[in-house]
Amino acid sequence: MLGFVQNIGRTILTFLAAFGRITLFSVTAVRWIFTPPYYWPQLLRQIIDIGYYSLPVVGLTTLFSGMVLALQSYTGFARFSAEDTVATVVVLSVTRELGPVLAGLMVAGRIGASIAAEIGTMRVTDQIDALDTLSTRPMQYLVAPRLLAGTICLPFLVLVGDVIGVFGGYIVGVYRLGFTPSIYLARTLEYLEVSDVTLGLIKAAVFGFLIALMGCYHGYHSGRGAQGVGRATTNAVVSASILILIANYVVTTMFFGG
Amino acid sequence: MAMTPKIELSAVTKSFDANHVLKGIDLTIAPKESLVIIGTSGCGKSVLMKCLNGLITPDSGSIKIDGKEILGQGRAALEDLRQRFGMTFQFGALFDSLPIWENVTFRLHHQRGLGKSEARDIAAQTISQLGLAAAVIDRYPAELSGGMQKRVALARAIVDEPEILLFDEPTSGLDPITGGVIDRLIVDARKRLGATTVTISHDMASVRRIADKVAMVHDGVIIWAGPARNMEKSGVPEVHQFVHGLSDGPLTREKILSNKAHL
Repeated sequence: MLGFVQNIGRTILTFLAAFGRITLFSVTAVRWIFTPPYYWPQLLRQIIDIGYYSLPVVGLTTLFSGMVLALQSYTGFARFSAEDTVATVVVLSVTRELGPVLAGLMVAGRIGASIAAEIGTMRVTDQIDALDTLSTRPMQYLVAPRLLAGTICLPFLVLVGDVIGVFGGYIVGVYRLGFTPSIYLARTLEYLEVSDVTLGLIKAAVFGFLIALMGCYHGYHSGRGAQGVGRATTNAVVSASILILIANYVVTTMFFGG
Repeated sequence: MAMTPKIELSAVTKSFDANHVLKGIDLTIAPKESLVIIGTSGCGKSVLMKCLNGLITPDSGSIKIDGKEILGQGRAALEDLRQRFGMTFQFGALFDSLPIWENVTFRLHHQRGLGKSEARDIAAQTISQLGLAAAVIDRYPAELSGGMQKRVALARAIVDEPEILLFDEPTSGLDPITGGVIDRLIVDARKRLGATTVTISHDMASVRRIADKVAMVHDGVIIWAGPARNMEKSGVPEVHQFVHGLSDGPLTREKILSNKAHL
């Protein structure tokens, strides 16, 4: 019995210690975002990596999700003669939920892993120590631009993903389910509010920050050798994905729950 | 009046959890002197070197540069201090994502605002002095051989003419001829800059070429330090065994493995 309680206590302490370390890391990193000197070329490179190169992945994911959503909702709603709400369901689902969450999860896989692997490799090959010896703060040079780029890029990716996802629903609605294009578009816009889109974008910004944070944190604290970097990469993707789902619920409760 | 040492360590200790890596290091290095630190793998040489420029903070003791204490001075003072150091790492630690010119002039370009064109010129000039073609500046570290990477790392360390140079196993992984070339470049650079150097090496040929003074670390303390010419007649069994690469002696395989397990 005592051993069981000890294990629970140890697990809680480990969790609290990790939570404390991550919080401290993120507060430090955010502080460096607003402290000169600013490494603009680094920021630009990260924006291209995170934003531009993730467009195909996010675009394809939201396109097919929008298409499937139109098909599924049509099938379901036909059972109680509510087929004409398909366009509304697609646009609200994509902008409020699917766009931010799917884009977040896809980018977590692509960028979270990439950031953790790059910074982890720099850690194990002494490149981070080398930055220190060259009077450059690694948090400022490596971490701050990635956090900023993640927070800036995800909303743009999600905005593009929203449009593509709705377009996917439109293709299926018009060419497969037989909706009239003008009616489908009218229904798409009829119940859509600006807050649906903007709050989806706020979610995206939170997800972008979390993805970059997890990639940087696990890479920065990577263990030795290829195994250490591999573990850091896995941890970055898993923790970012879980945090996205948790943050999704929290943000949804904050903004839509009332 | 006695000359102030360039670097002075007193009773420096460092532990990682229960592993006591440095147990009280006392060492002085004179201005413009070339000290080489020897010792078995995992004995704490790299930890000692990283304590010198603040990459690792000792648990206790004192480290003075030009007679001024550097421990407990805060981040800003540490960064000012690091401007006076140049360092090369065992495996180069060149930045993979940057071209050679930006690696070499990183501090000048990113910290001191030197323009790209001027930085490229300085990089080309510095690596030319080290026997590399100027055209190399537009290549990336992964495109260079091990020997070329070591030279680029050396160029990065010396480009802004630091007062103190730290070299962590500068010839490891190189063939003897390339190793000899790197040693010669280190000696030349030191003379040209008038710098104080601290080098970690396992390569006794290299030690003989570059050292004015040698210190041996064993079990967390300096067990012998003296002029390089006296290394052979130190009278310390561990030094004798290490210098001559003998398998029999006080440094047993178990002891060495036990040291390595600590780090």
